[in-house]
Amino acid sequence: MAEVVYAGASRIYSGSTPVKAVDQLDLSIADGEFLVLVGPSGSGKSTALRMVAGLEDVDEGEIRIGDRAVTDLPPKDRDIAMVFQSYALYPHMSVAENMGFALKLRGMSKEKVRAKVDEAAAMLDLTKYLDRKPKALSGGQRQRVAMGRAIVREPSVFLMDEPLSNLDAKLRVETRANIAALQRRLSTTTIYVTHDQVEAMTMGDRVAVLKDGLLQQCASPRELYDRPANTFVAGFIGSPAMNLAKLPLSEAGVTLGGFTVPLDRDVLARAGELSEVVVGVRPESLRLVGDGEDGFDLVVELVEELGADAYVHGNAGEGQRIVVRVDGRTPPRLGEKVRVGLRELGELHVFDPQSTKSIAQSSQPQ
Amino acid sequence: MRLGRISLTAFTWLVAILFVFPVIWMVLTSFKTEADAYTDPPKLFFTPTLEQFAGVFERGFLPYLANSGFVTLISTLAVLLLAIPASYALSISPVKGTSNVLGFFLSTKMLPIVAAIIPLYVISQNLQLLDNVWALIILYTAMNLPLAIWMMRSFFLEVPKEMIEAARVDGAKLPTLLYRVVLPVVAPGIAATALICVIFSWTEFFYAVNLSAARAGTVPVFLSGFITSEGLYWAQLSAAALLASLPVMIIGWIAQNHLVRGLSMGAVK
Ligand SMILES: Nc1ncnc2c1ncn2[C@@H]1O[C@H](COP(=O)(O)OP(=O)(O)OP(=O)(O)O)[C@@H](O)[C@H]1O
Ligand SMILES: [Mg+2]
Repeated sequence: MAEVVYAGASRIYSGSTPVKAVDQLDLSIADGEFLVLVGPSGSGKSTALRMVAGLEDVDEGEIRIGDRAVTDLPPKDRDIAMVFQSYALYPHMSVAENMGFALKLRGMSKEKVRAKVDEAAAMLDLTKYLDRKPKALSGGQRQRVAMGRAIVREPSVFLMDEPLSNLDAKLRVETRANIAALQRRLSTTTIYVTHDQVEAMTMGDRVAVLKDGLLQQCASPRELYDRPANTFVAGFIGSPAMNLAKLPLSEAGVTLGGFTVPLDRDVLARAGELSEVVVGVRPESLRLVGDGEDGFDLVVELVEELGADAYVHGNAGEGQRIVVRVDGRTPPRLGEKVRVGLRELGELHVFDPQSTKSIAQSSQPQ
Repeated sequence: MRLGRISLTAFTWLVAILFVFPVIWMVLTSFKTEADAYTDPPKLFFTPTLEQFAGVFERGFLPYLANSGFVTLISTLAVLLLAIPASYALSISPVKGTSNVLGFFLSTKMLPIVAAIIPLYVISQNLQLLDNVWALIILYTAMNLPLAIWMMRSFFLEVPKEMIEAARVDGAKLPTLLYRVVLPVVAPGIAATALICVIFSWTEFFYAVNLSAARAGTVPVFLSGFITSEGLYWAQLSAAALLASLPVMIIGWIAQNHLVRGLSMGAVK
């Protein structure tokens, strides 16, 4: 068990134009914590994870595991276990051999290896398959072998790089829950890379959002959703994404299509001299209202029906696209003009258009 | 459609027979007497005899066979010993000059061996290695090494990078990684490479005929002896040729499955 610390850690790929895949990352993951790393493709998630594993050089700064600086240690001396996206099982070894390989290399006796492997196999429901080769297993079973290989080592840190992305949707939901439960039971510090919204929101104690190698925000899933630190996080977390619009700002508030929403006095104060702000509102914070009520008009362009809910995509004039969540039973028709209002005033997010940082919440770190 | 398929099958058979015919002819001739072998038109039906095979052994075939076996075995082992680490380094942990090194290896195959034979002869003479199997072993190793490295490199490139990383995280040091994780995975490719080295060494003629004689001569040299001395002995030559090709055929047949898998493993990316 150990905490993991990135202290200004960077990974710079040299080349004609050097790429800062991870840029001065400062992040500490507490002992026993489940941290999820998310970000768009190419944001440096895998690189950040591999830096802890020792599979990627650290060009600046330091990585610490527990109270040891591991920056220059090879992977085998870091006491970590990794689950790869492709599982990376050894094809010529049986499931038992795959799981016991690391222990065997440590010089553990055959009986002890067998006992540990049996224990992990029982935990993962793999006992029946111990003598099979990986190629004779289904995708889900292979995934569990990859997990088992990590568990038997009893490492101080688990590192997982999109371990569920090769599973079908149903199995993914099931395995997601199993991994989260397993991690809680073992309470081993875990860093988990994903680009899946749901995995990020449901599995992690905290979620760190990366973009272009830069940490955008690291907070609990709830906090991230309710108080995104900048427009990127606001747009990235949540599906469908938060509606973001650059709107003129006046003493009265912000205005869209003749609809003026008043803002808190302290938000106005913090906005200062700004004549425009970026306003964000989640699809579920909007609702369809009657004709006479406060709101703006929206021409419906697309209706996504998901059963219980439906998402109405439309144009609010001046090319401003807006998504509204509505009741799935009575969605508006295509081309119809509907009136959209706010559910509650407090559900508005306000960002500085220049810095893109949030100005709506004073409690925001950074 | 049906007609097309039939004519395609017929064409395939035709080509196959065209290729196999000389081999069949050689096998048939090796069981004839010299008199039968010379008839015109050739005899398809004859009383088979083993006298040609006996004749081949009487002529002292065994020492040549032993030389060939020894040279082939040792040079192939040497090639594997050198090519495995080399191709591992060139594929799995490449550095800046890797492509230059690969090009350099290939360039050694560009010089026609005829152009090098006189210096090689002189060097062998100075080293007292003329008519010595070790001269052939060194040359065959050098001859097969670039090809083996190129072939094996393509197999190593197929090894999933993440599997190697998993092994490193699991605590494998370089030798463990190479021998217990990577080699078992590329074994078919290595078998294919070894087979090709065996075939090339076994059938090599030019170095052998120029640098060896009675003491270190290999099977191809022995075969050429039939042509130069007292006229042509077709039947006995065929028997000797059959004996010479048997070992390669047997090894090839055993390795067939591996070979196909190995060759396609490198080819299909
Ligand atoms: N060997 C390399 N040389 C140069 N640039 C690289 C190399 N490996 C990765 N990169 C770059 O580093 C950045 C981060 O890559 P990384 O693999 O960490 O992204 P990721 O967030 O894991 O993306 P994905 O979700 O697609 O897996 C990318 O812009 C990528 O192009
Ligand atoms: Mg990745």
